[in-house]
Amino acid sequence: MQKKVFQLLVDNNPGTLSRISGLFSRRGYNIESITAGTTADPRFTRITIVASGDDVILEQIEKQVRKLVDVRDIHELLPKDSVYRELALVKVKAEADKRQSILATANIFRGNIVDVSIDSVIIEITGSQSKVDAFLKLLEGYEILELARTGIAGLGRGTDNVIYLDE
Amino acid sequence: MIGAQAIVKCLQCENTEVIFGYSGVAIDPFWNEMLKTDIKKVLIRTEQNAAHCASGYARVSGKVGVCAVTSGPGATNLITGIATAYADSIPLVAITGQVNSDMIGSDVFQEADITGAVESFVKYSYLVRNVEDIPRIFKEAFYIAGSGRKGPVLIDIPFDVQTAEFSGKFSYPETISMRTYKPTVNGNIVQIKKVIKEVEKAKRPIICVGGGVHLSAAEDEIVRFAEINDVPVVSTMMGIGVMPTDHPLYFGMVGNNGQAYANRAMNESDLLLMVGARVADRAVNRPDLITENKVMVHIDVDPAEIGKNVGPTIPLVGDIKHIFEDFLEQDDHNDNHDDWVKLLKEYKKEMQVERKPAGAAYVDPQIFINKLSDAVDRDAIYVADVGQNQMWSCSYYKVKEGRFLTSGGMGTMGYSIPAAMGAKLADSKKQVLAVIGDGAFQMSMMELATMRQYDIPVKIVVMKNGYLGMVREHQHFAYDDNYSMVELSGDPDLSLIAAAYGMGYMKVDGNSDIDGSLIEFLKDDKAFLMEVVVDPMALTR
Repeated sequence: MQKKVFQLLVDNNPGTLSRISGLFSRRGYNIESITAGTTADPRFTRITIVASGDDVILEQIEKQVRKLVDVRDIHELLPKDSVYRELALVKVKAEADKRQSILATANIFRGNIVDVSIDSVIIEITGSQSKVDAFLKLLEGYEILELARTGIAGLGRGTDNVIYLDE
Repeated sequence: MIGAQAIVKCLQCENTEVIFGYSGVAIDPFWNEMLKTDIKKVLIRTEQNAAHCASGYARVSGKVGVCAVTSGPGATNLITGIATAYADSIPLVAITGQVNSDMIGSDVFQEADITGAVESFVKYSYLVRNVEDIPRIFKEAFYIAGSGRKGPVLIDIPFDVQTAEFSGKFSYPETISMRTYKPTVNGNIVQIKKVIKEVEKAKRPIICVGGGVHLSAAEDEIVRFAEINDVPVVSTMMGIGVMPTDHPLYFGMVGNNGQAYANRAMNESDLLLMVGARVADRAVNRPDLITENKVMVHIDVDPAEIGKNVGPTIPLVGDIKHIFEDFLEQDDHNDNHDDWVKLLKEYKKEMQVERKPAGAAYVDPQIFINKLSDAVDRDAIYVADVGQNQMWSCSYYKVKEGRFLTSGGMGTMGYSIPAAMGAKLADSKKQVLAVIGDGAFQMSMMELATMRQYDIPVKIVVMKNGYLGMVREHQHFAYDDNYSMVELSGDPDLSLIAAAYGMGYMKVDGNSDIDGSLIEFLKDDKAFLMEVVVDPMALTR
């Protein structure tokens, strides 16, 4: 089993996202995360999918997704040529005696405190998936009350693989 | 002009000749506008069969088949027909009525999310929100259905969109501008030259043809290529009829239900051209064998099929007709593979399975279908249903210049009668036969009324054994004759069914009756029901 990050550019039609996720579920492909948002051109949506499987499956994923009528482009974002980022919001139990050490940990990871209450804080952290994982591991000593991760969004580095939206 | 009128205009622009369907309030504006056209309307008796009729029509005419039904249950009934077409890559445009736009999502009467429900069985679907989009959507739908790897496209049109005033001037787009959908037509010339080299080098080449060859109308090109290069041909179930059965280079159907010598020929080849076949489980149950010790070339219009079930040595994506035209142009060799062809002929002789003929109380399926092949017109269209009758048809029907149609991918029982009706409407001069078991007949016999209403004379053979024979055969081997849910003891008297629908009828219950009965069966171009009594315990081989 290996993981691949795919970047898709799709027409912003009704049902496009469900067509893509439906393809994954009916063909039994594993989706680790999926993020979607409109691009600079509102006619298009960019989707980042992290999928796992063996070589044959990963090749099929690329081919089957490319076949969908709404999909304009799909390609792999190779780690060495790309930037991946994930955002996580973590609500941690933070009574007065633990708050300082939690804040210090967040600081090391350049996390932002976005909400504080009497006995909890919400930390926002952005970075590669491994950075987010490492941060969460450090928080294991405390009590994580709630966690929301976005899954990764990615872009290729440089201008080499910019897709021009109009022919 | 209203939306419904615009739809009809689109169909006229696509030269639609016939449309199969069912009515209902949500599709009524459309049927009302259809009154004013010459397009033939066929009211089928259950919606599933509208898609099967359109499928038979599409396969014989080479055009996109069209069907239209109402919202809710009309649309959901259509799904099996759409899925059947999808599995065999048959081009259809299915139109469904939908409840008013502002009601969608509130579970009103006869509302079903049909675009959501058929998502996994269509190439694409549309929910029309704006009446002005109708011309573009229809143009795209017909284009998507009939190009690349063909398949069904569904257009769901709310009632209020059908009745809305079309404000602009109607103009049907002449060209398609889709940013995302661009199927490959021409094969890569470097790959084509590579394949030609391999053909020249090969000592034991073979071509395996699939349904894609029919869909690309590339039968002639392939036969010519095989003849020029002296390359034997085998076929999948969907590829039956690409080459005439008695062609000296043809060596039968591959697969679990095919001929052992056809499988052996494929496995022992040193070059295999897999053409328009997706290497599915029933055709190739051990993909490793067809890549072992050989060069395997996979030619398909759908890049996703290449490498899905088997990893080829040389992939070649494109339309088969174009690719074989290029082969014929590039290839200036007349190869000779006498020894190989001779060897395959020996295999065929040695490995031909002798069936034990049925007892006197029954008709032997092999003898019957052999004789039927000889009795029908050379260019007859033969539609085989699903089950034991299908396996017998595949093994014993001899295609000459006609077609052999069946539901291969989905194996949908009850396909043959409606598909034969569609085929007959596509080419009324041809003799059209539906060969079906008594199980599937009872799934589709309501269409005898449609045949009578529109005078669509299909010749029907019901192979009656009082069982769901294919599954009975499976239970015979897998469950030691413990039969469960396969006995059809309530079968109707078929002579009365035929009489009820005003059809000619005849029963054949012994081999000695076959010849005379076939003369009567085929003597004119009228609908006819022939009941052929086969041994309930007969096996497919």
